Amino acid sequence: MKKMKRTVKTNLTAWALLAPSLVFLLTFTVFPIFRSIYLGFTRYELGMMKPEFIGLKNYVDLFGSAIFWKIIGNTVAFSLMTVIPSMVLGLALASLVNHKRKGVGFLRTSFFYPVVMPMIAIASIWMFIYMADSGMLDQFLLKLGMQPMNVLSYKESVKPAMAFMYVWKEAGYLMIFFLSGLQNISGELYEAARIDGATGWTAFKKITLPLLGPTLLFVSTIALTNSIKLVDHIVIMTEGAPNNASTMLLFYIYQQGFAWFDQAKASALTVIMLVIMLAIAMLQFVKSDRKIHYN
Amino acid sequence: MKTGHKHFHPAFTIGGMALGIIWLIPLIWMVGTAFTEASYTMSILPKTKPTLDNLKYVWNAVPFGRYYLNTLIVVVATYSVQFVTVTLAAYALAVLKFKGEKLIFIIIFIQIIIPNDVLISPNYMMLADLGLTDTKLGIMLPFFGSAFGIFLLRQMFKTVPLALSEAATIDGCNLIQIIRHVYVPSSKAAYLSFALVSVSYHWNNFLWPLIVTNSPENRTLTVGLALFAKSKEAVMQWANVCAATFIISAPLVIAFFIFQKRFINSFVSSGIK
Repeated sequence: MKKMKRTVKTNLTAWALLAPSLVFLLTFTVFPIFRSIYLGFTRYELGMMKPEFIGLKNYVDLFGSAIFWKIIGNTVAFSLMTVIPSMVLGLALASLVNHKRKGVGFLRTSFFYPVVMPMIAIASIWMFIYMADSGMLDQFLLKLGMQPMNVLSYKESVKPAMAFMYVWKEAGYLMIFFLSGLQNISGELYEAARIDGATGWTAFKKITLPLLGPTLLFVSTIALTNSIKLVDHIVIMTEGAPNNASTMLLFYIYQQGFAWFDQAKASALTVIMLVIMLAIAMLQFVKSDRKIHYN
Repeated sequence: MKTGHKHFHPAFTIGGMALGIIWLIPLIWMVGTAFTEASYTMSILPKTKPTLDNLKYVWNAVPFGRYYLNTLIVVVATYSVQFVTVTLAAYALAVLKFKGEKLIFIIIFIQIIIPNDVLISPNYMMLADLGLTDTKLGIMLPFFGSAFGIFLLRQMFKTVPLALSEAATIDGCNLIQIIRHVYVPSSKAAYLSFALVSVSYHWNNFLWPLIVTNSPENRTLTVGLALFAKSKEAVMQWANVCAATFIISAPLVIAFFIFQKRFINSFVSSGIK
């Protein structure tokens, strides 16, 4: 009897302590998900008092629209252009700074500082690097006797230009995860490998990469999520121009909801994005079941 | 023991240093341009006379003082509320055994895999329902519950020996006193990590404050910079835009230069987000 009373009390205490967090998590994470799912099945434009149920029409419209597929294509292309390069670079930088010696502090600082700067500030700076004719890049090309490229104005170059900027910003962030992964690998392994004559690239391939398995998986999830939700720079640099060549999914949600005030379309797009986020999270689970780590 | 390949070729070291300097070019150009007279051509290292005119001009042309205050309020108030909600929840999850634990973990997990930015559209409707659009509270509200913070603190609280809190109970402490005097003080490192990540996130956050705010009284620094950088006054005026960029990024970048290790360690823990 006394024991039961105690568990009731513990239960009450626990839920009371969790209540403040739960209120906010439910109101601004869980409920909005269900609201988006519901509104995705409706028509709800500016001036309408109530949403009107229209079944799958929003999705049918989206899947039938060329712009939607262009934007999905942009988002996938941008992820391909950023995730793998920033991971490779992040790992390279981590290997470079994984030492105790002079200059390493400077290198870590220099690779990581873009992470603590707002994306808005970075985009404002790179705007002038990429600016037509008088921008730093075009000036540099002119000096080399080449034609200015005006990278942000052409559909072929706008995504690679943005991806380049983003890889510069993101590589330092991914670096720190690789760095903590590298520091978990025992130095004795390298010592043993060295005695066997395996150094440099061989040691990297045979020891570092396999042991970094879990880190690689984890970092790829972070990199993919970050790349897909990136939007600030578009507002500053192009607003989706030229001809939607730089519009990504989240920017499209922003346009639908807050420029064209079509909350139902925005909700349907939100649901699509939620499915993508869920799929990325699942990827990590499915794969980590396969035990990649040898430690 | 520090690990890694210890026998690097000197060329690799020189290459590494060169890379480090290349990485700094945008920052060097931004700071140099912000503090020198405007010129017709850009150069990585400043060629004109040093001046504070750009900063003065921008500070007066845009209400950056107001925006600074707003950002400070948002950052400090958000973390203060998070401190309380996260501490209480972390204690429950680390120490108590109760029914429904699984459900709580599912909810926490949902927030970890779904970045807040994805939910801008439904969350804005929620703010509209609450009548909180164009308020600083509206900017902060969705972040008062933090799955990341709860996770981080829970890990830390789990390492606090139960004997400590039992001793405190014998001394007559109630639950809140135990949390305050036993758990909080022994988790300072985790609170600091959480603070750095939370403050950096909210200082730099842009899309959500852009959507929520409508008036200069509530705009944050990032929104102010974006409006300025896109205004007619900013066209081709790189000296002014650099000055504005300097104004909004300086505090965090300088803090990072001073506490480099602390920042990097904190951001490593942010990976679970």
